[in-house]
Amino acid sequence: MNDTVRAYLDAHSGAAAGLPGGAIPWVRQVREQGLARFSEVGFPTTRDEDWKYTSLRAIEKHRFIPAPDRPSGLTSGDLTALDIPGLDAHRCVFVNGRFAPALSSLDRLPAGLTVTGLADALNERADELEPQLGRLTPHNPNGLIALNSAFLADGAYVRVARGCAVDRPLELVYLVHANGQALALHPRSLIIVEPGAEAVILERYISTGDGDRYLNNTTTEILVMESARVDYYKLQDESPKAYHFGGLFVHQDSDTVVSTNNIAVGGSLARTDLAVSFNAPGAHSTLNGLYIGTGRQHLDNHTQVDHRFPECVSDEFYKGILDVRARGVFHGRIVVHQDAQRTEAQQQNKNLLLSRQAEVDTKPQLEIYADDVKCSHGATVGQLDANAVFYLRSRAVAESIARSLLTYAFANDVINRFALAPIRQQLEQHLAAKLLPADQGEVGM
Amino acid sequence: MGSSANEIDHLVKREYKEGFVTDIESETLPPGLSEDVVRIISTKKNEPEFMQDWRLSAYRNWLKMREPKWASVHYSAIDYQAISYFSAPKQQAGPQSLDEVDPKLLETYEKLGIPLEEQKVLAGVAVDAVFDSVSVKTTFTDKLAEAGVIFCSISEALQMHPELVRQYLGSVVPAGDNFYAALNSAVFSDGSFVYVPKGVRCPMELSTYFRINAMNTGQFERTLIIADEGSYVSYLEGCTAPMRDENQLHAAVVELIAMKDAEIKYSTVQNWYPGDEEGRGGIYNFVTKRGVCRGSNAKISWTQVETGSAITWKYPSVLLEGDNSVGEFYSVALTNNRQQADTGTKMVHIGNNTSSTIVSKGISAGHGQNAYRGLVKVLKGADRARNYSQCDSLLMGDRCGAHTFPYLEVKNPTAQVEHEATTSKIGEDQLYYCRQRGLSEEDAVSMIVNGFCKQVFRELPMEFAVEAQKLLDVSLEGAVG
Repeated sequence: MNDTVRAYLDAHSGAAAGLPGGAIPWVRQVREQGLARFSEVGFPTTRDEDWKYTSLRAIEKHRFIPAPDRPSGLTSGDLTALDIPGLDAHRCVFVNGRFAPALSSLDRLPAGLTVTGLADALNERADELEPQLGRLTPHNPNGLIALNSAFLADGAYVRVARGCAVDRPLELVYLVHANGQALALHPRSLIIVEPGAEAVILERYISTGDGDRYLNNTTTEILVMESARVDYYKLQDESPKAYHFGGLFVHQDSDTVVSTNNIAVGGSLARTDLAVSFNAPGAHSTLNGLYIGTGRQHLDNHTQVDHRFPECVSDEFYKGILDVRARGVFHGRIVVHQDAQRTEAQQQNKNLLLSRQAEVDTKPQLEIYADDVKCSHGATVGQLDANAVFYLRSRAVAESIARSLLTYAFANDVINRFALAPIRQQLEQHLAAKLLPADQGEVGM
Repeated sequence: MGSSANEIDHLVKREYKEGFVTDIESETLPPGLSEDVVRIISTKKNEPEFMQDWRLSAYRNWLKMREPKWASVHYSAIDYQAISYFSAPKQQAGPQSLDEVDPKLLETYEKLGIPLEEQKVLAGVAVDAVFDSVSVKTTFTDKLAEAGVIFCSISEALQMHPELVRQYLGSVVPAGDNFYAALNSAVFSDGSFVYVPKGVRCPMELSTYFRINAMNTGQFERTLIIADEGSYVSYLEGCTAPMRDENQLHAAVVELIAMKDAEIKYSTVQNWYPGDEEGRGGIYNFVTKRGVCRGSNAKISWTQVETGSAITWKYPSVLLEGDNSVGEFYSVALTNNRQQADTGTKMVHIGNNTSSTIVSKGISAGHGQNAYRGLVKVLKGADRARNYSQCDSLLMGDRCGAHTFPYLEVKNPTAQVEHEATTSKIGEDQLYYCRQRGLSEEDAVSMIVNGFCKQVFRELPMEFAVEAQKLLDVSLEGAVG
């Protein structure tokens, strides 16, 4: 056990007593298992095959401190700047990992939709959470997810009741208000969508200070019960110096239709581990992803789809744009288990390198133990098509604009797969701002 | 389907044709590995001193290394002290002509279908036959010598051309490259050596037939091929092994060096004993094969057909150092019963305008597990690199597995790298179409599978292509139905 691991264990023993639901045996058990696992494996190293391209030495160097347990002093006025234009949503805000009812707007919730803080739920109705909380994560999670379980305290608890079609998107905002402190946060969320229900859910990771260096180690568990439909978005736009690690575990019952849309633009070192598991036949899952890195950003996306039952369909499409010295990593694994016949699984990863110092490492994987399957995957790494640039140049489009247009077109392919229009617009603006030189910001977009 | 079931059953249970043991006295070291064993091997082969030092340092390195565990293959631990590291058929002085070769050896080759005499006359193929560890007879040496081509066993090369061996041995696969390469470097007993001088097009296809015979011996060949500027050589390697219940280790190292404008084509048909239906016995084929394109416009092409071995674990690779150099990898890997394969390639783009092509076809049947694992790496300084990879898998039966693990690491934006892979079973409609036209199911499957592999077979020299197709048919019969 190294010093870093010990520091986290010490922090835990200091905090454990005060964590919500501390008196409930099963909650304690989830934490203790997480702690035991973390002290056993510590942080992943590049010697782990799954972490070959992503080194955590940077975060091991830092001594992060737990978030202070006092009000942030933020008002809802401070948050308006963070609105996504055109998005009319039920909003639930978490500041430094703690539910902030005063900043949330949950007054219009339809019947059948429960949205609250996980800590409150643990204090008030723990029994309701017991069958799922900590049960959708893998049995042998990596050190970060184990650490999240060890510090499990607050985050979102969402339950969409049987047959309820939620009228507008649900926006979960995880806001870090670090004020220059190197905080370590472990928000934990649980989302349950009961049979036949429908919901659009957006998780946003943002911060108030651009210069803040903090560790946001999140885990979200999502259970989608039979015939339910979920359109899920993760928008990771942390401070440019932040470290973000997100575990996202989706379990799908029979005849469910889920799309996960995973967008990563922020953070200095950011990774999402998305695992989709089919627990019954006939489920459908779409996995869309877009990562846009610049500066020295390191953006890692790790996905796994487990086809455990027959007749499920998965369709994965991830694109990456890497500029300056950014590094992108994609690792997609599709496992078709024995007897998961008539599986259809597609996987695509395409990457665009815009600069000489940018780098991409991609590892799409198929692991197939059934024979009646249609599976394919593809991966590409390339630059902008010189002929296309020439075509635009010959039409008197400046080179910088030509390149921006083509980059935009590259991203548009996946952006078009995001059903939520305000997200598409937000991304288009983000791209325009990143791609176009300041004086030409109005052109073309 | 019912009527052919018996026939299929019969074919599945067909005995391994090459599973006989040649009863000749051999000189075998007792099992075990130590510095002394390494010294004895070196002394017995009358090697120059530098060679012995090299082996010893490789051995000391190996002691510090750990067996790699990352591949998706499963096998019980290998006891390296239970292997005999040297086995040579007993003979007096080296044979001057075929008449002097032990007739039993010649008989063995005949059973394998490569009678030296016949090949010498008809096929025009020079054969450097490796029987267990010692090269038995090198044919056509004279004819090749005329062209200036050196083709001999590596032990012979160490006697005749020590400076060439010293210069190139370990320059592509260093002694400490990996666990099995280190072991090979310490104890390799023989193998082939080829040197093609500047501007020479080798007048014939070169071929080595490896054969593991004695019990409890490992095969540790070392092959070194150097194609000097502007030369061309095509090298064929075929392997079979007798039936045994134990698992035997085969840890060879192959190094290819292509200088400016040179081309090396290396083809393998591997049919080591795969073990029985329950997975008992069979060869562990853990091989390191790597080529380097040293100069500009050099080209290295690997073609492999892997139907045998209990476990195949190898990645023939190309380091594309020279500008405009080309690397190719064409592979068919078949796993039936309990066979496992984890194979693929590495293409490392270092020079400018380098290109590589990867075509891999995996076929899994029975309980076979077949994995493609490949790395395409484009270094920062490699401008305009181009790679295309295609990996297709065919599944036959609901208990087999097909896996694809490509790694693409790109550090240069001018690179264009593409990978695609598909996995499916044999199309019902294709089968139905053939059956409806009066083809038996066996024939239909064979036809479809051969079509599936055609892209790779096309790369093989003629004689090998025919052999490969037959091998595939035999290995697969009964897998469907």
